[in-house]
Formats: sequence, C-alpha cells, structure tokens
Amino acid sequence: MNITLVMFSLVLGGALAWYFETIRTHSARWFALLTVLLVSGYFVLSLIIIETDFSTLQLLTRISWISSFNIEYALAVDYLSLVLVSLTLLLALICVLVSWQEIQTKTGFYYFNLLASIAGIIGVFTAVDMFLFFFFWEVMLLPMTALIAIWGHENKHFAALKFFIFTQVSSLLMLVAIIAMAAIHFQQTGRVSFFYQDWLTLELSSSTSIYLMLGFFIAFAVKLPSIPVHSWLPDAHTQAPTAGSVLLAGVLLKTGAYGLIRFVLHLFPSSSSDFAPVAAVLGVVSILYGAKMAFAQQDVKRLIAYSSISHMGFVMLALFSFNAIAYQGAILTLVAHGLSSGALFALAGVVYSRVHSRDLTNMGGFWQSAPRMGGFALAFAAAAFGLPGLANFVAEFFSLVGAYQRYPLLTIVAALGLIGSAIYGMVFFQSVFQGDAKKDSSGEQVSITDLTARELLVFSSLLVLLIVIGIYPNLILAFFQDANIALAIANQAGAL
Amino acid sequence: MTQTLLAFLPFYPLISFLLLIGFGQRLSWHLASTLSVGAMALSAISSFIVINQLSTQVPVINVHLWEWFVLNLNANLSDVTPAKINFSFHLDGLSAVMISVVSGIGFLIHMFAAAYMKGDENFSRFMAYMNLFIVAMLILVLADNLVLLYLGWEGVGLCSFLLIGFWYKEKANVLAARKAFIVTRVGDTAMAIGLFMLFKELGHLNINDLTATAKTFWVAGDEAPYWIALLLLGGAVGKSAQLPLQTWLPDAMAGPTPVSALIHAATMVTAGVYLIARMNGIFLLAPEVMSYVAWLGAATLLLAGIAALAQNDIKRVLAYSTMSQIGYMMLSLGAGAFSAGVFHLMTHAFFKALLFLTAGAIILALHHQQNLFKMGGLLKRLPFEATLFSIGLVCLMALPGSSGFFSKEAIIAELWSSTTAGPLLWYCAIFGALLTSIYSCRLFFLAFMGRRRFEHELQPSTSQLLRISLLVLALLSVIGGVFANTLTLSLSALFPVLPSDPINEPQWLHSVAIVTPFIGIIFSWLYFADYRAVEPANANTFQDKPSVFVTFCRQGLGFDALYDLLLVKPYSMLARLNRRDIFDQLIMLNAWYVSICHDVLKSSQTGKLRWYAAAIGLMTVLLLLSLTIESFSRGAS
Repeated sequence: MNITLVMFSLVLGGALAWYFETIRTHSARWFALLTVLLVSGYFVLSLIIIETDFSTLQLLTRISWISSFNIEYALAVDYLSLVLVSLTLLLALICVLVSWQEIQTKTGFYYFNLLASIAGIIGVFTAVDMFLFFFFWEVMLLPMTALIAIWGHENKHFAALKFFIFTQVSSLLMLVAIIAMAAIHFQQTGRVSFFYQDWLTLELSSSTSIYLMLGFFIAFAVKLPSIPVHSWLPDAHTQAPTAGSVLLAGVLLKTGAYGLIRFVLHLFPSSSSDFAPVAAVLGVVSILYGAKMAFAQQDVKRLIAYSSISHMGFVMLALFSFNAIAYQGAILTLVAHGLSSGALFALAGVVYSRVHSRDLTNMGGFWQSAPRMGGFALAFAAAAFGLPGLANFVAEFFSLVGAYQRYPLLTIVAALGLIGSAIYGMVFFQSVFQGDAKKDSSGEQVSITDLTARELLVFSSLLVLLIVIGIYPNLILAFFQDANIALAIANQAGAL
Repeated sequence: MTQTLLAFLPFYPLISFLLLIGFGQRLSWHLASTLSVGAMALSAISSFIVINQLSTQVPVINVHLWEWFVLNLNANLSDVTPAKINFSFHLDGLSAVMISVVSGIGFLIHMFAAAYMKGDENFSRFMAYMNLFIVAMLILVLADNLVLLYLGWEGVGLCSFLLIGFWYKEKANVLAARKAFIVTRVGDTAMAIGLFMLFKELGHLNINDLTATAKTFWVAGDEAPYWIALLLLGGAVGKSAQLPLQTWLPDAMAGPTPVSALIHAATMVTAGVYLIARMNGIFLLAPEVMSYVAWLGAATLLLAGIAALAQNDIKRVLAYSTMSQIGYMMLSLGAGAFSAGVFHLMTHAFFKALLFLTAGAIILALHHQQNLFKMGGLLKRLPFEATLFSIGLVCLMALPGSSGFFSKEAIIAELWSSTTAGPLLWYCAIFGALLTSIYSCRLFFLAFMGRRRFEHELQPSTSQLLRISLLVLALLSVIGGVFANTLTLSLSALFPVLPSDPINEPQWLHSVAIVTPFIGIIFSWLYFADYRAVEPANANTFQDKPSVFVTFCRQGLGFDALYDLLLVKPYSMLARLNRRDIFDQLIMLNAWYVSICHDVLKSSQTGKLRWYAAAIGLMTVLLLLSLTIESFSRGAS
C-alpha cells in the first residue's frame, strides 16, 4: 500500500483538473471524479491484497527529509487510520458529485483545492513524523480556507477568516508542544527526533506532561470542535459551499478526534487520565449545548453544524472514559457521523440549489413536490437522532454504555442529549418537508424539483452504508475488537 | 421449518414496505393493497403456525439471525464472557400472545385500512408505513435481548410519528406528531439509561437470562433493581401513555383512524405493559416500584376516565378510554397479576380495535365529522355500525359474558389481597369501572340516540373488506373470553405465582365488581336523559358551551398547560435568548477589542503635522515629569 501515491495522485489530479479547465470547460469535474475513483479503486484493491495485520501501527515509508533536525517523511497506518482514510475517500467522491452543478466559477481551481485538501487530510491520518503531521495539518487547512473564502456564500470572507484564525492559533499551541517534545527527546537521548514512536518511549515528568498534553488537546478540541472553542464551526459551515461543508463535517472534524486518540491519549496516558474528568464534562456540555443550539437555529446549515458539535461531544466523552466499549463507540461515531452529517449537509445543499435559501422560515411542505428528498431527509435526520438500525445508534449506544462504566452520573446527563437530538431532528425535518406548502410572492405554492439521478446516487449510497453499518456494525468494529486494543486502552486508564 | 417461519415473520411486511416505498407512486390501489395486506396475511398465518408448535414440551422457540454486535468490556480478561447482542428472536407464551395480537389484529386493520384510505393520494405510502410499523412491533415483541427490543421500541415510535403526521399539510397534525415523538422519547431515554445500568450491573442484556442473573446478584429491595425498574418504568409510561407522560395520546388521534386503532389502541401503546411483564424478574425484586406501577396505573385510569367524560370528539373519548384501560393493565402488573394484565391487553386489543374502526366507518359515513354533538340518531340510520359499536362498548364496560368482563374481573379480583396493591387500589379500579360505563353510555347516547344533528346525507361505505374486518373483530370481542385458559396455561411458566391471602377478602367483592357497570348504566340513563331524548327538555343541550371545569377536564386536566409552562416554554426561551451563542460572543469580544484598538490607533494617524508635533511635545513633557518625580522620590528615600 502506498499512501504517498494516493496523496500525490490526488494533488496531481487536482492540478490537471485546474489546467484542463482552462482548455475545455466542464472538464475539471470529470478529472476530479476520475482521480478520486482511480485513487479509491487503488486504495481498496491494495487493502484487499495486503495481508498485514494493522491492529498496531505499521510503518509504510520512512525517509529522511530535513536531516539536520532528523525530520523524516514517515507514514504509518493502523486500522484507525485505514478506516478514516476510507471514509475520507468515500466522502471525497460525494464532494465531487455534490459540486457537479453547484460550482460555476473558477471551477478548475476549485477542484484543485478540494483534492489538495483531501490529500492533506489523508496525510494527517497517516503521518507519524510530528513535523510532517504538522505540515499536513496546514496543507489541509489552507485549501479549505480557500474553498470557503472563494466559493462560499454571502459572508464568506468573515467565515474563512474566523476558521483560519481559530485553527491557526490553536495549531500554534500544538507546534510549541511538538517542538518542546523534540527538545525533551534531545535532552533524554542526545538526539532530536520528531518520530512518533520515539516519543512513545519518552519519560515525562507529570508537570511537563500536562502542559504538553494541553497543547495538543486544545488544538484538537478546536478541531473537534468542543465547547467553548466551537464557534468557528457554525460560521464556516454556513458559508462554505456544499462540498466544503460535507468535507468539514465528514472528515475535517475527525482529524481532531484522530489527534486525540493518536497523540493525546497515547503520548500522555497518565496526564490524560488525570485530565479525563474535565474532558468528559466538556464532552457532555457539548452534547447538550450543541443539541439546544441546534434547536434554536433558523438556518438549516447552522442547525446541522450545531448537531455536529453535539455528536462530537459523544466522541470526547467516550474517548476519555478509557474502556474498550467506549473506544469502539467513539470510532464508530466518527464513521457514522461522517456519513450522516455529510448526507445532511449535502441535502441542505440540494435544498439550497432549489430555493436559494437556507432559512427554515422560507421552507415547508416540500414533501408534496419532492417526496424522495423528504424520505431521505427523514432517514438522515433519524440517523442524527440515533434511530436504532442506523449506524449512529450503535455508535451512541457503545459510547454511552462504555462511558457509563466510568462516569455513571455524567452519562445519565449526556443521555438527555437523546431527547435534545429528537427535538432538533424533528424540527428540522418537519419545518422543511411538512406543513402546508409555502406560497411565493404571487400566491403560487412553491414546488421544488425532486432529486436528480446524480443526487439520488449520492443519497442512496450514503443511506445504504448507514443501514448496513447500523445492522451489521462488525464491518467496522471487528477491526477494533482485538485484545491488543482493549489492552492498550485499559493500560491507559492506569487506575482501572 | 418452524424456526425459518419465525425468522421470516417480520420480513414479509418489510419486503412489502420496501416495494411500496420504492415503486409506490406507480402501483394501482389493487396492487398496493394486495401487497401490503397480503404480506400481513402471510405474517398472520405463519404466526399462528409457529404458535401452534409451542407446547408444554416446547415452551420456547429461538432463532438466531445474525450477530449484531458484541459488548466486550474487558477483552484481556478471559474469565468474562463478552455480551453478545444478536438479531435473535425468542418465542414463548408471552411473545406468542403479542405476535398473535400484532399480526392477527394487524392483518384485520390493514384490510380495513385498504378500504378506508382508498381515495387518498398517498395511499401506498400509508400502507408502507403501516407495514413498517408491524415490522418494528414484531421485532419489539420477539427480541431476545433488550437492545433489539429497543430497536423495535424506537421503530414503532418513528412509525407512530409518521402516521400521526400522515396528513402533513395540517399544522395541527404535524405538531401532534412531533409531540408524540418527543414525549415518548423522554421515556425512551429513561429506558436507555436503564439499559446502561443493567449492563453495568449484570454484564449482559439477554432477556432470558436476566431474571436468573438478577436473582444471583440481588435480593428483593436492593438499590440497583429499584433504579433499573424505575427507569424501565419510565420507558413504559412513555410508550403506554400513562402518567406523567400521557399527554401525547389524545393529540395522536390526528392520525387516520386505522392508525389510531392499530398503533394507539391495540398494539404500540401496550408495549409498555409488555415491557414490564417481560421484565417481571427485575420488577419483582423492586416491590416499591411494583406499587408505583399500580398507583400510576390507578391514577391514570381515573384521570383518563374523568377526561373521557368531557370530550366531544368521538376519537378522543376512545383515546382517553384506551389510556384508562392501559391503566388497568398497569394496575394489574403492579399487583403482580401479570397474566391477568396480559389477558386484558389481548381482549382490549380486540374490542378497542373494533371500537376505533367502527368509529372510523361512522366518521367516514358522516363526511369526516368527529364531533359527538353533531351526530345523533345513528342507531336507525347506521344499524350495522351501531350494532358493532355497541358490542365494543359492552366489552369496554365489561358486562358479564363479554371478553372485557373476563379480563377486567380477573384484574380486579387480584387487587384486594395483593401485597403491592391493596383494598384502596381495588376501590380505584371499581370507581374506574363506574366511570368507564358512564362515559361509554354518554358516548352511545350522543352518537346513536336522540335526534339527528348532522347536516349532510350519510354515505356509509359498502366495501366488503371493511365489513369483513369489522365482523371478525366483533366476533373476537364477543368470544375473547374463551382464550382465558389457554393463555393462563401458556403464561404460567413465565410468571411466578405470588403469595396472596384471599381468605381475608370480604364476600361481596365479586358481586360489587359485577354490579358496578350496571349502576353506571342506570345513572347515565337518568343523568344523560337529554342526550338520548328526541326532544330534550333543555333546548341548549347540544350547544356545547363547556364550563371552565369541563374545559379543564376536556384538555386532560391541565397537564398540557403545566408541561408547557414548566418545560416547553423555558426550553424555547433559553434557545431563543441564546440563539447567537454566548460562547461565540465572548470569543468575538477579542475581535471587537482588536478592532477598537485599530480604530484608536487609526484615528491618531491624521496626517496633520501639528497634531503629531503636539503629541510629541505632550509626551516629552509627561516623560520628563515622571522622571523628575521618580528622581525626587528616590532622593527622598
């Protein structure tokens, strides 16, 4: 398996799309589609062929990059990265398909940015040299900012700036922590190293460890996002083009969760155990606050954005509960939320393309003219409020059952989020699709065109995945049932 | 063979659902109704075949479909077996009763619905939802573990939501659907927490083993079973519309009438009763919760009985009556009379489905008029419907010989000497029976007797489907009592016989219980004389100008207003006040601060030389001054 090839082809495909768009209009989207299809095909094929056991990190590439600081180009994957990379590629496909008609200006450059951002995200999920990790962290960020700033909606510059500043300030903290870790490695072994697995062997005093852990934690909490550093997300989502929102909710947020698992929990086991109650409380507050805020929104995309905050609260709570069930729940939440919120944002985009509004007060009664869209909206809203049979239920169930083992009271409070999610889910679905059909200025009932074949393909594939994972979650969980993983998690808990 | 049949039980309606949703718009009425009703027929027939395989030698049939997931808390500890959560069905006496009600009554109601909804533009979608409901309900009652049960539990909730809001263009229906879903979701959440607790305490969620495991871990009166039983009760009261989560059921009547019959009378609302009966092992370890169940049931049956007296909508009378009959079932469970409760569940499903469907036929004939004050004199004009409705009412009032009589008497007989119920609850049940017979008579007089008060010509349906389904239900309601022995026999293995002391019971208990409905009838005959008279003595009888008290009762004794004030308003207000997100505003203060600094600095940059000179001069003076002061003060020290 060659992840470098995957990333390189994505960027190259993006560049080609950009170039050929200037020669022939509408060629960019075909290039983008072809690139993503080829890359995904290659990735899936190599997954099938390869027989390595990925339950622990398997090094794929390790070559020297900046030798004076021992900075290397090192990639490694385990099942966690593989699952997240697969999710990324799947949503990349969705992103290209939802952008098909939506993007009409600077199309070539758009697809370049989209694919570059995806390449960056894949890099984040696979880099094991911390400098390289930071590099990819920035690579995914810049094109994303461009996507919002150039192809966004009415208030795009503000949103792009807010997104950029939030992530930059928080990643600055991470950079400081990374450099400090390298320095500590130098102190302890006489050699600078940014290599992740070298860092795992470091002995850290508890006071240094807690500060360094916080450096990473804050960066990832902003990305996740967690209360109180979440407020970039609603703005960024609202203003981003549809594919931008899908990518943001579907995978960009997952980089935060991935960082928490890979770096915060593994590099600083004892400090994260000490810090766990605070993080768990943050998670619970995010669940409830996100659900409440989602209910309050008039803007469809803001509503979904706040619901994402609520769902990511489950991840935070589960990860800091330190047990195998909660850990599986957190990972499954990442996948399930990636699919369901991606689908919801794509749906918001489809509605926007029909009525040119994101305001719930301008919608209503669309079931009449678009029953298929309504059906899918209901299914995805049901996924969001955790209807059993869909992937999100299993994910939330695992998270809460696991969290209950460690924080009974906190979990009971978190479970109230189930009520909150039902409220916003129903408000969303009913305000858009039920009620009497809206009348336009001339008194005619607004009717919207139902899903086109392309949209149908997008939504039905997402729904099928949600159902399949929902009734057969072992498809994903099987990779995380290995005794080693449970052992690793149990060890981290220390006290347990 | 039997296992395959059992495994396929929910899949016939599921396939029908998928076909109807996929190709619904293109199917004719004939095809769509054949598909959905046919799928139900298959389910019903296979249910009966499977149930016939059950005997004392084969008390349970299990079938494993696939492994859903594994809850493995400690993979590194080999002595703990991981809890497997499977898609597996478990058929025993209790689930046999439930599947026969769900698929049997479900089949009849589907038949009725095919005729009733014939003209609707979304007919196939309606039938699809009904099928989906049956799928979820069958999974609920067949589940062999609590997580799968929860899947069915939430599934029926979603279908109930969809069907209440089926006519989604009316704002009121949409709101009723939302209310039903969210109120029951509150109960569901309690139940989910109960599951987390159960898993933590016992390490698995398999229904069959729970009782045994619970007995090894706990003794009666422990704290853990108390909380778990209480949380499960939360789920049960939500689904079964009992106090304090009863407010959604009357509003749920916004759905088409077959929905009210199927979901909000015969099957889904009894899921709470099923849950408690199923979990009797846990509940028996928490005697306090058992008496809460009894008291909640009693309170609900009285409250609903009073509210039913004040309704003017025929469907809302029946809704409150459903609530009150489920109150009886709860009371029975709380008293430890599990099989009596389940028996009443079954007979109630027969006669309440009959009542709702006949009401539907009447409403259809009256051009969707549901107001009792706009009916009258239907006895002669709709003799078929009137006869069937009277049969239903006789069962509801539990007059001797009807199915309702056997089941309700069985419940009342157990109350007096039960350790978790007692004489006081017996009086509640008797008073409830009195209320039942009074509101039933009021309903009968208003709808069928007196003078005609409707305007349009009657248009009774002539559909054979409709008539056959009503006739079969009527037959079941009449003879439902004969199932008593089979039922008790098949349930006896599941429910422990509780110690009771019937010797201290007074002799007159049974006679009072039998006579009570007749007292109610006589009372109503006299008290509601105006309603049944062709020329009422009081000309304003049918004006329907309710007094404050009647309005209060009609609106369900003020619970809606209370919850609105305590929960809905504060939540919406909180949401509205904080729509702009306080955290965001705090963070944006930084941006504001930076831009203020920017403005201050910018305003100092005027490009006017004399300002710059003045500023330099001023600052120099200030600097010198401060230096001087400092040197003075240093010199002084």
